[in-house]
Amino acid sequence: MKDYEVVIGLETHIQLNTQTKIFCSCKADSWEAAPNTNICPVCSGMPGVLPVLNSEAVHKGALLAAAMHAEVNPVSYFDRKNYFYPDLPKGYQITQFDEPIGKGGYLDLHMPDGATRRVRIHKLHLEEDAGKTKLDHGMRLVDFNRCGVPLVEMVTEPDLRSGEEAAQYLIQLRQLLRWIGVSEADMERGHLRCDANVSIRERGSQILNTKTEIKNINSIDAVRQAIIEETKRQIELVESGGKVVSYTLDWDADTGKLSKMRSKETEADYRYFREPDLLPVVLTEEEIARVKAELPELPLERKARFQTEYGLSAYDAEILTSERGLSDYFEAAVDSFGGEAKTVSNWMMNDLSRLMNDLGKNASELVLTPAFLAQIIHMVEDGKINAATGKSLLRKVEESGREPAQIVEAEGLAVIGDSDALREQIQSVLAASTAEVESFRAGKESLLGWFVGQVMRATGGKADPKRTREILLELLRQK
Amino acid sequence: MSLNQFSALHVASRVRAGELSAREVLESSLSQIHAVDGLPGSLDQKPLEPAEEQKVHAFIRLTEDLARQQAEEVDRKVADGEDPGILAGVPVSIKDIFTLQGIETTAASRILYNFKPPYTATPVKKLIEAGALILGKANLDEFTFGSSSESSAFKPAPNNPWNPSRVPGGSSGGSAASVAAEEVALSLGTDTGGSIRQPAAFCGVVGLKPTYGRVSRYGLMAFSSSLDCPGPIARNVSDAALMLQIIAGNDPKDSTSSVVPAANYLEALKEGIKGLRIGLSPDYTHLFYPDFETGELAMEAIQKEISDAVLYAASVMADLGAEIVENVPLPNAKYSIPTYFVVSRVEAASNLHRFDGVKYGYRTPLEVEDLQDLIRRTRAEGFGSEAKLRILMGMYLSSEGFAANYYQRALKVRAMIRRDFERAFDPHGEHHLDVILTPTTATTAFKRNDVFGNTVRMQYSDQMTVSANHAGLPAVSVPGGLDADHLPIGIQFIGPDFREDMILRAGYAYEQATLDEAWRAVRPAVLRQEVAK
Repeated sequence: MKDYEVVIGLETHIQLNTQTKIFCSCKADSWEAAPNTNICPVCSGMPGVLPVLNSEAVHKGALLAAAMHAEVNPVSYFDRKNYFYPDLPKGYQITQFDEPIGKGGYLDLHMPDGATRRVRIHKLHLEEDAGKTKLDHGMRLVDFNRCGVPLVEMVTEPDLRSGEEAAQYLIQLRQLLRWIGVSEADMERGHLRCDANVSIRERGSQILNTKTEIKNINSIDAVRQAIIEETKRQIELVESGGKVVSYTLDWDADTGKLSKMRSKETEADYRYFREPDLLPVVLTEEEIARVKAELPELPLERKARFQTEYGLSAYDAEILTSERGLSDYFEAAVDSFGGEAKTVSNWMMNDLSRLMNDLGKNASELVLTPAFLAQIIHMVEDGKINAATGKSLLRKVEESGREPAQIVEAEGLAVIGDSDALREQIQSVLAASTAEVESFRAGKESLLGWFVGQVMRATGGKADPKRTREILLELLRQK
Repeated sequence: MSLNQFSALHVASRVRAGELSAREVLESSLSQIHAVDGLPGSLDQKPLEPAEEQKVHAFIRLTEDLARQQAEEVDRKVADGEDPGILAGVPVSIKDIFTLQGIETTAASRILYNFKPPYTATPVKKLIEAGALILGKANLDEFTFGSSSESSAFKPAPNNPWNPSRVPGGSSGGSAASVAAEEVALSLGTDTGGSIRQPAAFCGVVGLKPTYGRVSRYGLMAFSSSLDCPGPIARNVSDAALMLQIIAGNDPKDSTSSVVPAANYLEALKEGIKGLRIGLSPDYTHLFYPDFETGELAMEAIQKEISDAVLYAASVMADLGAEIVENVPLPNAKYSIPTYFVVSRVEAASNLHRFDGVKYGYRTPLEVEDLQDLIRRTRAEGFGSEAKLRILMGMYLSSEGFAANYYQRALKVRAMIRRDFERAFDPHGEHHLDVILTPTTATTAFKRNDVFGNTVRMQYSDQMTVSANHAGLPAVSVPGGLDADHLPIGIQFIGPDFREDMILRAGYAYEQATLDEAWRAVRPAVLRQEVAK
């Protein structure tokens, strides 16, 4: 068998998280809304109505273009893509064609094995979503709720070389979308949708062979799987003397199988032309500069900085920059703590992350502020409370919203390091354990640990273990 | 003089003063409609009684109940000392291409015969808020596709009140006819290539196409979105100015509507035309069209009475102190019609995509095989032949491989047409004109069935008007006399962007200076019959 490589381009549709739809004032998100309850004359394409562009969609599109290192187009246009389909109530989709909001761009893919793959962006434009149709008891039903939802369509060049790379692309794109706040990027809810163009060639060859397009891949696992399956299919086909035909394929996630939707030999003619109902989208130099300034430090840059600035391991830095909110939290906590960043990182990687998992919250949703976390760590580091108390404080603060120091005060959780108070407690423990005291004094010094345990129990774990040991030895060795 | 003959300004001022009730005005209009209009347009094509041939047939649907409610509301406001609006009690017709909430809006097409929009077009809304009485939806060419109103699916199509065997022009034929026949004082029309000005000229009334973006298109069912302009039709220039004042202005629902503030048009009329620079162009004296057999560009002089009327108007205005500037070159105007064929058809084909029988309007009653079949049959049965022709042509011209040669090229020519006008109006240019004076049409109203069926010849009746649409400029047609057949002649003033005040001033000055001329006393034939009766 020859040595083949797979060539993949991904076409993604990204739902922008604007308040309203792209051309009318209906809510942008219709998740779980009953069919045709989130529509108006504009998005349902009644005659005589006109689109009015949502500036928030333009802004988010420009922000995404900037984040993808694309040129933000100072003058972009909307065009009509004409075709008939019942989920397209105007009979044309308003989209961008030859002068889109973003031109060029790339995403540098960092593979888990350390390799980097630059994925170039072929197309990045704004458009409106269409509705949905479904068959039900022999009837074709139409739901227009999704009509007019703002999308960015982003298409890569055929730069990906495996199902795993395609999966990584989506993982890193999803992270980026959430990071810059333009999309919820939830694949299950269709906020991020993906079609894959797949072809194979002999390794070393530069030609692009006939490709197939896989539609309806709605999870990252599915993208990986579908591409692996399709690569296998194409190789087997070619090896057995067959030829790849330009099909559109449907991925069934339940059975893990591809099925042919339709052959795609002739390209439809959409008769694109400028949308005369909308003005050109003009972004001044200042506006573009403002968009770029607004762009936060991106995940990879921040990860690198965390390693150099805070001395974190690559692993810790990776986890802490998986989400923008988490990394912001970390920096705020480090800032407030003032000590070793690594200490904060340890707390976050272990106990805080466990708490967030338990509560199903992300960092920006926590009641426990970075300053409160820093205060807890401080108290532990200073020996004011012990580590166990510190850990339990996380949940108490999260649930009550009260300041950690206050809780420690009110509940008397501070370590009893004060000699007099501790000495009193120890004396009463000794007084209650005359037999053990005698045994110790008779030479069974291994009982010291037992005495420490008794003192801890009596103080509810708040006794400073070091001081306890010292005082115990002192008192036991007297007489 | 009966109430329905009064101007909008006169009616509104008397209603506002409490000297006249809106109800009385309404009844007068209704009785005029009942006397001269005949059957409204309908999809049932019954043979007509001979008497019906003499009627106007301006309407597809009367909205008497709505008008009554509006009249009562105006009268109540006057009685209660509230402001009833500056158009209080003025009867108005609306071209049936504008939506009116809850009332069938057909676009004169079978495909929308039962469509009741849940929203009202912005200019209609503004008229209602100003106290106008909406008497009905006026007939038109199907989807405004035509220049004679004969392509309406709702028959009988309107007739010309000056001679019912002639067309009223189009596409706002019902609108112009309803104003000329004194059924209403004002009508709201649309102008894509001349659809307000050409019927206004044919019917002897004033029709104004505003600057593109001056009046909101929200609720106007689109023909060619980059050219469509709503505008007023009235019996005199002051009324057109009054109506424009109400419908002009920015609309957040129409992104292409302008934020430039509207001028005070009525005030502007008083300024006169002393020193106004009025241009005449040699490029507006002939029709240029490809020979239908050979394709060679042929040239044909326009009707002599019309060019004479233009020259006469220039002399009248010169006497009033205007400066007449001759030989203003507008060389690209002659390519206006071919350019229009391309641009308007491409946009129209796309705009008509939404009529698929899925959501509203006509749907084929026949058994269908599948979805594509449903859409195909619905459109085959629902659209008339002119609409189908425009869809076919638009699809062809915008299809891959042809778009560059036709559509993209037409857009370039369009830009050249506009540049001609920019040069003529350039304050630092050679001509630095304020307005350009041209004929509105090459002929007066033609006979019914004479041109209809020849889509190219029909289109060429917009030769004098369409360049203003390409350039986006304001233009007004005002009555300029009668020809030997007692058919009205229209003369046109074209102005720079947003200078509706300037063209209205010019039109008003000419109108006032010629008020006593004999032709002004001649009444449309359908009204002469009324007198005789």
